[in-house]
Amino acid sequence: MTSTLLVLVAIMATVVWWLLRQTVNVRPWIAGRPAEGVSGDGALPLPPVKVGLGVFLAVATSLFALLISAYFMRMEGADWTTLTVPKGLWLNTAALMLSSVAMQWTRVAARRGRIDGVRIGLIAGGVFTFGFLAGQLWVWRQLNASGYFVAANPANAFFYLLTALHGLHLLGGLWVWGKTTAKAARGAEVGAVRLSVELCTTYWHYLLLVWLILFALLLSTPPRQSSCPPDTFAICGVTK
Amino acid sequence: MSYVAHDESVFVRPAEVEEPELYHPKTFIGKYIWSQDAKVIGVQYSITAIAVGLVALVLSGIMRLQLGFPHTFSFIDPSNYLQFVTMHGMIMVIYLLTALFLGGFGNYLIPLMIGARDMVFPYVNMISYWIYLFAVLLLMASFFVPGGSTGAGWTLYPPQAILEGTPGVHMGIILMLVSLAFFIIGFTMGGLNYVVTVLQARTRGMTLMRLPLTIWGIFMATILALLAFPALFVSAIMMTLDQTLGTSFFVPALVSRGEHLDYSGGSPILFQHLFWFFGHPEVYIVALPAFGIVSDLIAVHARKNIFGYRMMVWAIVAIGGLSFIVWAHHMYVSGMNPYFGFFFAATTLIIAVPTALKVYNWVLTLWRGNIHLTVPMLFAIGFIFTFVNGGLTGLFLGNVPIDLPLSKTMFVVAHFHMVMAVSPILVVFGAIYHWYPKVTGRMLNDSMGKFHFWVTFLGTYAIYFPMHYLGFLGVPRRYYAVENLDFIPQSAQSLNVAITIAALIVGAVQLVFLYNLVWSYFKGKPSGDNPWQATTLEWQTAHTPPTHGNFGSTLPVVYRWAYDYSVPGVEADFIPQNQPPIKRAGSSEEA
Repeated sequence: MTSTLLVLVAIMATVVWWLLRQTVNVRPWIAGRPAEGVSGDGALPLPPVKVGLGVFLAVATSLFALLISAYFMRMEGADWTTLTVPKGLWLNTAALMLSSVAMQWTRVAARRGRIDGVRIGLIAGGVFTFGFLAGQLWVWRQLNASGYFVAANPANAFFYLLTALHGLHLLGGLWVWGKTTAKAARGAEVGAVRLSVELCTTYWHYLLLVWLILFALLLSTPPRQSSCPPDTFAICGVTK
Repeated sequence: MSYVAHDESVFVRPAEVEEPELYHPKTFIGKYIWSQDAKVIGVQYSITAIAVGLVALVLSGIMRLQLGFPHTFSFIDPSNYLQFVTMHGMIMVIYLLTALFLGGFGNYLIPLMIGARDMVFPYVNMISYWIYLFAVLLLMASFFVPGGSTGAGWTLYPPQAILEGTPGVHMGIILMLVSLAFFIIGFTMGGLNYVVTVLQARTRGMTLMRLPLTIWGIFMATILALLAFPALFVSAIMMTLDQTLGTSFFVPALVSRGEHLDYSGGSPILFQHLFWFFGHPEVYIVALPAFGIVSDLIAVHARKNIFGYRMMVWAIVAIGGLSFIVWAHHMYVSGMNPYFGFFFAATTLIIAVPTALKVYNWVLTLWRGNIHLTVPMLFAIGFIFTFVNGGLTGLFLGNVPIDLPLSKTMFVVAHFHMVMAVSPILVVFGAIYHWYPKVTGRMLNDSMGKFHFWVTFLGTYAIYFPMHYLGFLGVPRRYYAVENLDFIPQSAQSLNVAITIAALIVGAVQLVFLYNLVWSYFKGKPSGDNPWQATTLEWQTAHTPPTHGNFGSTLPVVYRWAYDYSVPGVEADFIPQNQPPIKRAGSSEEA
């Protein structure tokens, strides 16, 4: 559970640090008038959706960190075999990277007020993302055809689980992407889509980062150091 | 309504918020069914949670009947008994308490108390409720599928949860896991709302340190829930895969009923880690809102500012942080490394420090306060007693050598129900008696309320206090029947009978509460806008119950904290948060 702990300690430390900064040296019992022109004292200078996305990314981080912890703990089992990583994954990774680059390019275009650039960037980003998802499905089929379905061994089970959850997160992003692209295609001003573009870009970068970590995890060879003999009622091997 | 003369020069214009784009419902269905108004969603959450909680209450009554009078009721067989235990636990902890505190009170109170018109994402908020309702219906459906609901115990430990022999191993467990996954998705949608609304939608002058403690409790509990529920989500998905597709995440190679199963190498301990990584923060997800609400109830009904407000806030934050590093104290009996056990015992004892601080502060707030023994106050004081009792036995169980022999006995049931079941439920009742006038415009009946309090409070003691002794005797928990064990004296059975009678009485008296809720809605005394003379913003609305948008045309401006009760030199014994500072000679009011 160490990796989860580290991630959650980092998140909680940020929360606690921020809250303490807001609350230390404040004397709440003294009444006083609020400063002029400020609504919502102490609110972050961001639109609520951006804060919402930030909170959601923290939740997703907790989810993936827990899965990675589970992966490491399960790796210590005696029956662990390394996943033979399908070559197609390299291609998919490249597609996801390109989609992230396209989204970044869209963000720059949106900042500069070029709606044409926004349209092209959004479509390119979407095409690469769909390419990535199609590629992942193809890899699933390939694995399945060569006899490694989800129950074949624990590494494969994790592979299907991790890619499925990552893919579902991307699909959620594509829903927002679809709404934004439709808006831009219908001839909306840059101002009307800028916020959505920024949210999508952040989300795409985040999911690329998660994918790179998961990919590295799948590539890494496990240390075989379990003290559990095979075919026991394996209660050992975890809390060492 | 003018309490003190104040200088016009300190008046501040209301915040310039743009006209809110609120969803304006036109039909009855739009207003009360598919509603995006946080107040309506809060009431929907509360009614659903209480309804499903009643199912769980009935289940606990059946369990007690079996324990008190074994061999009497033919409709309770061992399988049923385990199913009732499981469903009772899961419903009470997640579908009642979590949903009621965060979905119910959170939705109703957050926008009103921070001076916002609604949650920041009202549409997502509405979806959150409907997903919750769907999760509840899935769970209820599991009673009626072939094989019935799961009987794996509320912790759902594999491998037994998905092996032949456990009740509900085919459909029941799947429905439970899928229902949990939906609950978590729905909760995450609501939780995003609660956190972002508290951060971004506070009205002018409502700094973080002027938030009522209720909001602090709900806010921190939501952060915990958002970070902890993914652990349950992950384990629910992985167990579903183990059961349906035959993966081996959690199930080791084993022989069941003389047959080698296809599983190999899975780790049951991995599940326990994931489950309790969620499960322990869950305790505080329920406790922190209760802490916050009880602080406000005590301050309002003792007409005194809360003692040590800043300390209370920091204690909430500290408990939230620490609650992530105590989970393995639920797993002492899993054979863990002693150093591990030592670490978790230490953190468990450390988390008692901020918790104890809060208890001292409540008591010090009561000290020399102008205590009004209203029904909410009675419940708040009842909570302090119960919580201290349950918390103290927690200190025992937090130590490895004491936990090992007691872990499988009724002592744990008694501890857990005192601290995590009865305490928060007393706060739920107190909060309902306190805020019902705002929700409906009518007071709940006082005599029925006092009767409800005394029977519930004394009754729960009669149930759980003797249960500690049963635990010391070694009476095991989870058992359908305890018979022919030499070390358990015959008197233990007499105690069980007494506990069952007390439990049935307490259960029946909850009907008085329900009757009160309905009766008062039509016949209760009209409450006016601010029946408890409280300072917080929800009591300063122009209409009771508040209309859509909460505060009419302009949002209130906040000038002070939520605890200006009995301020020296001021005639009225409370000053609302939106009252401008008073200019007086030699006064320290204006900063």
